[in-house]
Amino acid sequence: MILSEVEWQIVALSLKVSAVAIFGALPISFVLAWVLARKHFAGKVLLDALVHLPLVVPPVVTGWLLLIVFGNNGPAGRWLEQTFGLQFMFRWTGAALAAAIMALPLMVRAMRLSIEAVDRKLEIAARTLGAGPWRTFFEITLPLAFPGVLAGMVLGFARSIGEFGATITFVSNIPGETRTLPLAIYAALQMPGNEADATRLAVVSVVLSLLALIVSETLARRSMRERGGHVL
Amino acid sequence: MSFDVDIEVRRGDRTISCAFKSPRGITVLFGPSGAGKTSVLEALAGIVKPERGHIAVAGRTLFDADQGIDLAPEKRGCGYVFQDSRLFPHRSVRANLLYGWRLQPAERRLIAPELAIGFLGIGHLLDRMPRSLSGGEAQRVAIGRALLSGPQFILMDEPLASLDASRRAEILTLIERIRDELGLPIAYVSHERGEVDRLADTIVPIGLPD
Repeated sequence: MILSEVEWQIVALSLKVSAVAIFGALPISFVLAWVLARKHFAGKVLLDALVHLPLVVPPVVTGWLLLIVFGNNGPAGRWLEQTFGLQFMFRWTGAALAAAIMALPLMVRAMRLSIEAVDRKLEIAARTLGAGPWRTFFEITLPLAFPGVLAGMVLGFARSIGEFGATITFVSNIPGETRTLPLAIYAALQMPGNEADATRLAVVSVVLSLLALIVSETLARRSMRERGGHVL
Repeated sequence: MSFDVDIEVRRGDRTISCAFKSPRGITVLFGPSGAGKTSVLEALAGIVKPERGHIAVAGRTLFDADQGIDLAPEKRGCGYVFQDSRLFPHRSVRANLLYGWRLQPAERRLIAPELAIGFLGIGHLLDRMPRSLSGGEAQRVAIGRALLSGPQFILMDEPLASLDASRRAEILTLIERIRDELGLPIAYVSHERGEVDRLADTIVPIGLPD
């Protein structure tokens, strides 16, 4: 199947937005997953609910909230622009932010399960063998939780590639800047006679999602075989 | 003095009191299941913190509530052999054996890896992953891992529990050799009369509350 230059740009933009979203969300997701898996504190139920909010709130609401908070006149948006010169509204960075927020709950869930599945007795064994808490984390806990971290990232990537509602609300549908695959398909369907364009782009998104799932399955299986580790 | 222990450990809703001094060799903590023997061992290792009291091993204070001393597990130099071998599933037998060894400065290392591997008869297992080992093989690797971590004393929590009779005899002989050839203080948890009679230089009874 032959894509036009514009269509390749759409694919490239989608990949860039999703990759930035996932790698940006990774450290935050892992810390949240760790806290939810290992810590007990007042307000844990609330934190858990907040993390899951993007999963259950209509994406258009999430997009609107992002606009209020991270828009050029929003509190976080204004501060980020003045401090780092970082702009989100109507920019691809905003699309990445929206995708990250939407992917976050899925990433946290997968990582939390894999952290909970790590046998803490193994961590204790490492400590008695002379490893401090950080070494134990990097040599025992993280490798054993790794398949789940990977699964979370791939799941988040698939979610990001498909993100539509929050993105179009927050950063609009600007060709070359914020027009990712789903937004391009939507735009193509707005005008009669563009079904062929929409079909090509739809096939690309299906292939990308399928690839992501196959990659995650393969990696998870391989690491299960090699490590006897845990996948969700 | 090998062990000088006088502690109270909270376990759920009850408190286990345990005090003993043992001159040398193997000290067996003996008592029925659920009496809290493992809790005492965990206190020696620094895994659980006693409510009060003190722990000194071979003249070194590891815990003293009054003086505010509480060494972290990695600072205590204990070779802990768990009831379940607790080998790291993502690392080969070789990497498991060397895990504690490579963390120790050369002067703290008791024995060379080749020596321990020969002594335990596990040379043919080095490239295997832990989950492919039998119970006896895993327990021998776990003992090797503990010995190679340069311990100043050994803690063993029913190391024979998951083994059949012929393997038990084998591991018992190994434990006696560790005592005789390395001269390390050993605290050994058991509820089996036979093991106690054979191994114990000092018996510390730990009973259930009345």
